[in-house]
Amino acid sequence: MLVKDKSVLEMRNIYKSFPGVLALQAVDFTLHEGEIHALMGENGAGKSTLIKVLTGVYEKDQGEIFLGKMEKAAVIRSPQDAQNLGISTVYQEITLCPNLSVAENMYIGRGKGLCQNWKKMNEDAEKILKTLDISAGATQQLSSCSLAIQQMVAIARAVDMDCKVLILDEPTSSLDEQEVEKLFGLMRDLKARGVGIVFVTHFLEQVYAVCDKITVLRDGKLVGEHQIKDLPRVQLVAKMLGKELDDVADIKDEVQVYEQDDSIPPVFEAEALQSNVGIKPFDFHIRKGEVNGLTGLLGSGRSECVRAIFGADRVIGGSVKKSGKVIKISKPIDAMKNGIAYLPEDRKSDGIVGDLSVRENIILAAQVLKGFFKPFSKAEANKLADEYIKLLEIKTASADTPIKSLSGGNQQKVILARWLLTHPEYLILDEPTRGIDVGTKIEIQKLVIKLASEGMSVTFISSEIDEMLRTCSRLIVMRDRKMVGELSGTGLSQSKIMDTIAGGDKK
Amino acid sequence: MTQNKKNIFAKLSGRQIFIPIAALLLLAVFNLILDPSFYKIALSANSAGDPVLSGYLITILDYGSELAILAIGMTLVTAASGGQDISVGAAIAIGGSVILRVLCGTDSRPEVLKAPIIAAFLVSCVVCMLFGAFNGVLVAGFKIQPMVATLILFTAGRSIAAWINNNELPVISDQSFGYFGGFIPGIPIPTPFFIAVICMIVMALALKFTNLGLYTQAVGINAGSSRLNGLNPAFIKFLAFVILGLCVAVASLIKVSRISSINYSVIAKDIEMDAILAVALGGNSLSGGKFNMAASILGAYVIQFLTTTLYKFNVKSDALSAYKAIVVIALVVLSAPVVREKFSSFGKKMKLRTKEVG
Repeated sequence: MLVKDKSVLEMRNIYKSFPGVLALQAVDFTLHEGEIHALMGENGAGKSTLIKVLTGVYEKDQGEIFLGKMEKAAVIRSPQDAQNLGISTVYQEITLCPNLSVAENMYIGRGKGLCQNWKKMNEDAEKILKTLDISAGATQQLSSCSLAIQQMVAIARAVDMDCKVLILDEPTSSLDEQEVEKLFGLMRDLKARGVGIVFVTHFLEQVYAVCDKITVLRDGKLVGEHQIKDLPRVQLVAKMLGKELDDVADIKDEVQVYEQDDSIPPVFEAEALQSNVGIKPFDFHIRKGEVNGLTGLLGSGRSECVRAIFGADRVIGGSVKKSGKVIKISKPIDAMKNGIAYLPEDRKSDGIVGDLSVRENIILAAQVLKGFFKPFSKAEANKLADEYIKLLEIKTASADTPIKSLSGGNQQKVILARWLLTHPEYLILDEPTRGIDVGTKIEIQKLVIKLASEGMSVTFISSEIDEMLRTCSRLIVMRDRKMVGELSGTGLSQSKIMDTIAGGDKK
Repeated sequence: MTQNKKNIFAKLSGRQIFIPIAALLLLAVFNLILDPSFYKIALSANSAGDPVLSGYLITILDYGSELAILAIGMTLVTAASGGQDISVGAAIAIGGSVILRVLCGTDSRPEVLKAPIIAAFLVSCVVCMLFGAFNGVLVAGFKIQPMVATLILFTAGRSIAAWINNNELPVISDQSFGYFGGFIPGIPIPTPFFIAVICMIVMALALKFTNLGLYTQAVGINAGSSRLNGLNPAFIKFLAFVILGLCVAVASLIKVSRISSINYSVIAKDIEMDAILAVALGGNSLSGGKFNMAASILGAYVIQFLTTTLYKFNVKSDALSAYKAIVVIALVVLSAPVVREKFSSFGKKMKLRTKEVG
């Protein structure tokens, strides 16, 4: 048995501020040997900041960090320092080099000298991949792997670095259930070897499945540290939000009010639509004021379907109809002109324009629709941006702040604001709540239902079935890049969906 | 009062335009200390008997203007494509050659111009924009790195320019053609400055009354996201190269007007490097994205200030580049974000210390 009370990491009284925001105030955090410790909090609670302070990405303003048996406070000025002290990190967004091979990604920046034994490196990498059961070749180019595999490679890289403290910042957000299980197995294995693991996630089930302890942050302050068995789920959520969870109950009632009506003709229809990214031709329709959803495992083709409708991928067959009339959509602007808006899955690479301000990010799509020669005046742009910052409660120092310095949830709200500003008839939301805190998730779900009740059609894609059940009145199930089933009314239940995903048929 | 001054300084130092201003001040003070006569401006009559201003500052205003015009286009290309056009000098040779060809026709020493100057200029505009479009297609359509794509024209441009005039060196005797690179009778300020001001105004209007700025920056920062917002990133990049082509045509008019003739291998030599440096000195990221047009333009004049200063101290023209490089390294290193961060944190520390002492 391991001695459980030996701490490998102690952070004391950490302060960190950014222009206009106090991100961390007097935060303490303790991690013991062989412990999986969940770090929980809403977006902007300070989790990411705390981790970046620990890994040397940010320099703390105040406070001390002790590692293991060290008497003196550790000096962590750069990620390199952190790595040398045995702190490894896997970030939420994959931070590897897509144009290098898997093995190169695992060993990059770790060689002592300039020389590299390529053969040995590839063999070593192959071995590790095998033990971790990751289905990628060592010499394969990383960008040719799926997002999930890329994430696993990032973890493999961190694990191999012989770390004492492993930080997993939202590692599961792009993994499917099996892969998550695999990762958990790996985590338990490392735990048995005495590694302290900090686990940041928004999935409550995962916390309860694998963690020993929970530390909750809110608004940059420490709320408390708890043993997992002492803190039931409802209380955890309440602590994270700083309020009781009436909101969740509310939303369910509203859903009951909204029922699907088959007599209304569809606004948008797709017939045998097919794009060049390898999905089977599909039929699809949505009615006015309807919220439907696309569900299925990761890689089942959910995003590819909506991207085909929006013209984001090259369409190679089939047609799209609006109110019965065929419309031609060959690029995104065509779809936008027909009242379709698309919030993409990958916020960082497809959503935000990082260096531009929150204001410019909000007005971008509406501006493009308005035309090259008709820019919004400064006053108009300010007014619109302020209006939507207020409406969606976007937390930002000002409308001039570059969007990249906002937290993930707030970035997502900005992108949402951008599309709402175009007043679309049909809004496609592809994983709008990925990597977002519980509070914002509920806000977004409520917003979707409100928009639908005002007559907007919405397609909602999410990996969380809970969330789909709460918002959608009709679910289309996808498997292996094909639509395999449709559920609505009484058919909408978790078990039914699971069945269909797993292999139940349409009939 | 001093408090107020400090605030202004603090505000300014955080802004992008601070970099070229600081460089300008540094050069200005350097000249002031070593030889105040640098700032002497005289009013005298030129060879045509018209009163004109002369002096080092006027030279800077004169030659800095053609650089400023190029910096405008180069800023857009840099922002949109994340790379630079190194064929600018060669393209000027082509533009100039076209102007002379149209003006001279088949006669290399015409008594009277064969076409109005405006027509020659417009033809040159079209040709230069076509060559810009050629670069644009390579970069935006075939996704070749800008420096590599423009290397083609960089290599071939001067030969093309010579070929346009059958390798002859036409000379224009018409007085009025010299106005564009010299002085308009009665106006003592060099004409290139007015041409540059017109270009600046046109660009300022374009940035204000169209979405050129927003689209260019969005595409430069995140082309994928821009596409999903309905933009056509390839077209925006293409457009930037065509606009640079137009700037090249204007600069080529000034260049050939200066000597009323052309020297294919020397005209606008190395000017692309100065134009790129102007963009960098303006604090714009050479890997694209956000840009500040005013800072680039100021950067162009600062580069010319530097060149003129070096000439003043009798640096030989073939040694010029080496000296320039040293100064440029210093300027660029000082303006690098890393160094600036160090400075600002150092400044903060000093402030804290003085507070503690006080």
